[in-house]
Amino acid sequence: MEQKTKAYEKIFLILVFAFFYLPILYVVFFSFNSSKSLTTFTGFSLQWYEKMFKNRTIMESIWYTTSCAVIATVVSTIVGTVTAIGLSKSRKAFREAINQVNNLPLLNPDIVTAIGFMLLFTSLRIRTGFTTMVLAHIAFCIPYVILSIMPKLRTLDPNLAEAALDLGCTPLQALWKVIIPQIMPGIISGALIAFSMSFDDFVISLFTTGPGVNNISIYVYANVKRVNPTINALSAIIVYVITIVLIIVNVVPMIKERNKKKNEQLQNA
Amino acid sequence: MKSFSKMVYPYVVWAVAMIVLPMLMIVLYAFTVKGNSVLTFQFTFDNFIRFFSDPVFPGVLWRSLKLAVITTVLCILIGYPSAYIIAKLKPNSQALMILLITLPTWINMLVRTYAWRGILGHMDMSGEMKVYIGMLYNFLPFMILQIYTSLSKIDPNLIVAAHDLGANNRETFRRVILPLSLSGVVSGITLVFLPAVSSFFIPKLLGGGQYVLIGNLIEDYFISTGDWNFGSAISLIMAIIILISMYITRKLDRPVADEEVD
Repeated sequence: MEQKTKAYEKIFLILVFAFFYLPILYVVFFSFNSSKSLTTFTGFSLQWYEKMFKNRTIMESIWYTTSCAVIATVVSTIVGTVTAIGLSKSRKAFREAINQVNNLPLLNPDIVTAIGFMLLFTSLRIRTGFTTMVLAHIAFCIPYVILSIMPKLRTLDPNLAEAALDLGCTPLQALWKVIIPQIMPGIISGALIAFSMSFDDFVISLFTTGPGVNNISIYVYANVKRVNPTINALSAIIVYVITIVLIIVNVVPMIKERNKKKNEQLQNA
Repeated sequence: MKSFSKMVYPYVVWAVAMIVLPMLMIVLYAFTVKGNSVLTFQFTFDNFIRFFSDPVFPGVLWRSLKLAVITTVLCILIGYPSAYIIAKLKPNSQALMILLITLPTWINMLVRTYAWRGILGHMDMSGEMKVYIGMLYNFLPFMILQIYTSLSKIDPNLIVAAHDLGANNRETFRRVILPLSLSGVVSGITLVFLPAVSSFFIPKLLGGGQYVLIGNLIEDYFISTGDWNFGSAISLIMAIIILISMYITRKLDRPVADEEVD
């Protein structure tokens, strides 16, 4: 595919990237505004960051978002891994049936999944709040975890686990020492997907949470009507964190690779 | 080894309770009316008749479908050339470009949509136009990533072969590259059209409140009005329309898949 890019193609790409990054830079820029205005910049100030850290509702929403994402990730990763391993040893028809059921939350619009949970919780007379939100997050994260582990299990050599059993491992040991380490990349990517799905969720949280329990998305949704520059500061902080995390995730392997090459060269020399 | 298959059982119970049951509840509510207790279940089409005989609701449904179709088409028109240009770059620049396109998608959708409010505040345009910009902004990255993935999988030798056999650039694109990248376009359509039909916070954040979509109706009937039966009926109508459109979209991809088998 490698070809020379023409000038108009470069301009096209630059325009697309401007479209992607302009609003983000705009919010970050105006998070330092000294006045309340979102259109005129009157001077540099950190007051909105200060106000944000003093705002209890925002701090609570950050806490709820993070703790919900952590619990949902841990539970859905464990349940998803166990289920995926079980599924790989099940009969084909059964496996297909479970996969069909798992496809429902993936193919349904979020709002349909969300009202399903809401109807379920209220008709069982479970009071909505943090617990119901976490339960819903676990439920929509598990299919993603299973989906990212299944391909790894399919390429797994079934003889390895058999060999472990023949050599005197208990089934549990075979699972822990032979199967799990081999599907680890799938488990990790499943956990990452679960975390980001849960952390960014808005629609399902909105319908399954109860009074007083907001995540970041719900807070932004509820407070966006009034001019509220603390949301700029909150958005800017999210942008900083994600940029730093993505840089670390992408740069660290590159540095490791470079060091490895350097070491190899040293050893060869 | 067969004993491992027992490990699925807990999840079967969970999936029935948390996936199948909620879907059945929506159907149950959609076919009953308010005040009808679950025990004295009485089947009725009232909610559906009410929806389609209303002067406003069918228009809202039509508007949501139109918005989703136009958003999807715009995403293809801008996303395909973007993905195509990126796929032609050097491998290192490709990786950087893809990282730059992925980065905004990691930022919370609400925050991303909110970010447009400041800029659009300067501009004198209709609420509908603002909603289109917000939709395009949220969904374009998914389209680019899907198309890029399918383009980058194309064996470069195929393009060389097409040229050797006398095809010019245009012919190579139309007869080799485009058919082979169609699967990316189809999965891109799935990722854009589906959330676009049901979107309700983009119109609410950018459309100034007057721009109502089917998702806003569902939200209103569940959260403000509290008429869950009617709300369930609306979501069932939406879910069925989405299923049908997904079926048609998959059909589009079929001819290519069949050719590959031959």
